[in-house]
Amino acid sequence: MSALLEVDNLRVSFDTPTGPFHAVRGVSFTLGRERLGIVGESGSGKSLTGRAIMRLLPPSALLQADRLTFDGIDLLRASPKTLRTIRGARISLVLQDPKYSLNPVMTVGEQIDEAARIHGGVSAAQARRKTLEMLEAVRIRDPERVVRLYPHEVSGGMGQRIMIAMMLLPEPDLLIADEPTSALDVTVQTQVLAILDDLVAQRGMGLIFISHDLELVSSFCDRVLVMYAGRVMESRAAADLAAATHPYTQGLLRSLPRIGEHRAELPTLRRDPAWLEA
Amino acid sequence: MITVCDLAVTFGSGRDAVQAVRGVSFEVAPGESFGLVGESGSGKSTVLRVLAGLNRRWDGVAQLAGLNVATGDRRLPKVVQMVFQDPYASLHPRHTVDRALSEPLEIHGIGDVSDRVVRAMEAVGLGPSFRFRFPNQLSGGQRQRVAIARALMLEPQVLLLDEPTSALDVSVQAEILNLLRGLREAQGLTMILVSHNLAVVAHMCDRLAVMNHGLVVEDMDVDTLRREAPREAYTRQLLLASRGYDREAAARMVTFD
Repeated sequence: MSALLEVDNLRVSFDTPTGPFHAVRGVSFTLGRERLGIVGESGSGKSLTGRAIMRLLPPSALLQADRLTFDGIDLLRASPKTLRTIRGARISLVLQDPKYSLNPVMTVGEQIDEAARIHGGVSAAQARRKTLEMLEAVRIRDPERVVRLYPHEVSGGMGQRIMIAMMLLPEPDLLIADEPTSALDVTVQTQVLAILDDLVAQRGMGLIFISHDLELVSSFCDRVLVMYAGRVMESRAAADLAAATHPYTQGLLRSLPRIGEHRAELPTLRRDPAWLEA
Repeated sequence: MITVCDLAVTFGSGRDAVQAVRGVSFEVAPGESFGLVGESGSGKSTVLRVLAGLNRRWDGVAQLAGLNVATGDRRLPKVVQMVFQDPYASLHPRHTVDRALSEPLEIHGIGDVSDRVVRAMEAVGLGPSFRFRFPNQLSGGQRQRVAIARALMLEPQVLLLDEPTSALDVSVQAEILNLLRGLREAQGLTMILVSHNLAVVAHMCDRLAVMNHGLVVEDMDVDTLRREAPREAYTRQLLLASRGYDREAAARMVTFD
């Protein structure tokens, strides 16, 4: 199986008055048609890693890598035109908050249709049919009504599913999902993950799942990268995350309260400066 | 300490009326820690806001330490205080820590302000160097410590916590939960903790009620939760979903109305 995505020594930095700030410092991984989780706390560089792959960094960011290829295409040297044919159509990005990611002055139907027309080159009527199919696939009841609503008229959970429908409609080869379910209730979260799960299994889509939730990632993904301060601390099969060897991962896992356990005090994480260098 | 009986809250009127809370009753004993669990829209935060006096239009009985919440009694702020979910939103961006903590004292004409501020900061584990900082010079965990200190300035008996750690990283969450447990023990606080996170409630509470669509589905002691032996199907599904992802379980999930 050839890799869908190859990332080698990815670095992202920002210029600040006090010198460059290195937000991502040498991240490397390869991704096949699988579910890869990237976990870490705020500021770990997990979201920037996802955006760097899409080449969607702010202009002030400096992106460097020894290798950044998607399906044989060198993303670092790709022209803006090439990137436009990849973004949305072949690599898609789902963001955390539907409130900020959906267009507030377009109806739900209009903005999903747009994805179908631009990336699928289909007629308006075909686009609408695809939109309705996709909304049904993400378990939205009564899609005929929902397409006429504006984003402020739908709940957070529904907004999130609408975004996922929009991003999946062009049938991308790779989906980067940045905290796609953290705004959702646990039962809806489970249902949305099942949709992504099926798409990976049925269409052979690659998935990068970015999250702060270790337990969710270990139960959902095939493989996990644990990030801290812009570096990968540890990479292992998701199923045996509990057997993590890095003190950072162990510390995170221990600091979680668990339903069946009775502990007076939760162990807090002691950050070792050596993790910044390792 | 806390009595809630047949509490009902309706937002809007006429055709647009939404019954957010539809007859909720529970009691919390002095020193007890009580959890309110539910998904978004279940009404759990609304119950808390009624008790904090933030919601004026409701029916039923709500009493704190013998005081009727509906009267807006001036003694209530010294009985009950609240900590909100988002420490980025609940602190005034242009007030220093010192000002945030002194204000409740000044409003209630309590002297000895400087000493009390320093003591409160100590109690939540903030050194004196933080006293004249602004919220933007603090991390999320430090801000939540300030919000907790502010809630404790009037030495209340009851602390209402609305998702106090869900905006924080897990390592910071552990620190704040430890702090709250310690404060509860040291000051004999009675607590109501609202959360969607069953593990946090299992860690923090003695007893809990599970809410859905404005009603209490079931109440139980924490041992029942730890043994994962709830009575109602709704609670069992909630437990299952919070255990992580499971394709089989996802297929069997149903909507409870």
